[in-house]
Amino acid sequence: MAYSNKVIDHYENPRNVGSFAKDDPTIATGMVGAPACGDVMRLQLKVNEQGVIEDARFKTYGCGSAIASSSLVTEWVKGKTLDEAQKITNTEIAQELALPPVKIHCSILAEDAIKAAIADYKQKQGAQG
Amino acid sequence: MNYFELFQLPQRMELDAALLSQHYLQLQRRFHPDNFANASERDRRQSVQQAALINDAFQTLKHPLRRAEYLLQCRGIDLKHEQQSFQDPVFLMQQMELREQLAEIATAPEQTQVLQQQLEQELQQGQQQLHNELSQALEQQSETGNQQAASLLRKLKFFDKLQQELEFIEQQR
Repeated sequence: MAYSNKVIDHYENPRNVGSFAKDDPTIATGMVGAPACGDVMRLQLKVNEQGVIEDARFKTYGCGSAIASSSLVTEWVKGKTLDEAQKITNTEIAQELALPPVKIHCSILAEDAIKAAIADYKQKQGAQG
Repeated sequence: MNYFELFQLPQRMELDAALLSQHYLQLQRRFHPDNFANASERDRRQSVQQAALINDAFQTLKHPLRRAEYLLQCRGIDLKHEQQSFQDPVFLMQQMELREQLAEIATAPEQTQVLQQQLEQELQQGQQQLHNELSQALEQQSETGNQQAASLLRKLKFFDKLQQELEFIEQQR
C-alpha cells in the first residue's frame, strides 16, 4: 500500500515529538490505543489560562499513518481553544493525509487522543477548583 | 455450523490441542480436492471451498487469541471489526513504557541484555495473568463475563504486538 506524500513527510519529519511533565496542571494528557493493530498514542497539550492550546507534543508507537495523524494534530491544535480543538474530526485528518479506508482507524485514534486529552484537562481543573 | 462444531469440540476456551489436530487431519483428508478429481465441477468447487474453510477454522482455533476472539464473536461480540479506540490510561501508560524499553533494546542491543531479559519476563507474566483472567471470564458464559473477556482480549492484543516486535528484534541479530 502506498502512503501519500503528506503521510511520508510527517513520518520522516514528525512535528512536536516528545513529552511534557504529566503532573503539571497546565498539561493535558490523552492516551489512546488501537487493539486491532497494537498502536499506542500519547498526545499532550499545554493549555494557558484562557483555555488556548499553546503547545503540543506526541509520542506514537504504530504505523506511518498513526504517526502522521498524531503529528498533524499537534500542528492543528496549536493556537486553538479547547472547544475548537474538540471539534477536529477524524474525517478532516483522513482527508488532509489522504488516508486509505484501511487506515481510517489511525485518524480516529488521533481524534480520540485530542478528546481524551481535553477530558484529562477538565478533570484536572475540576479537581483543583 | 461454527468452527467448534466443525471439529466436534466443546465451545470453550479450554481446548484439547491433540484432538483439534486429529479432527483437522481427518477432515482435511475427507475434503481434500484430490479426492474430487473425477467429480462434477460443482462438487470439485465445493471441496476446494470446504478445504479452505477447514484451514481457516483450524488456524482460528489453534491460536489462543484468535480462538478467544472467535468465541466472543459466536456470542455476539465482534472485536475484529471494532474501530473504537481503547482508553485505559494506566494500562496504556504501562504499554508506552514497555514500548520505550523495546526501542532502547532495538537501538543498543549489546548494552541492553539485562533489560531484554526483564522485558521478556514482564511480557510473559503480563500475558499469563491476562490469559488466566480471560479463561475465567469466558467460562462464566454471562454478558458481564463476555464484556470482561472482550476488555482482557483487547489488552492481550497490545501485549501480542509487543511480543511480536521483541521476537522480530531478536531474529535480526
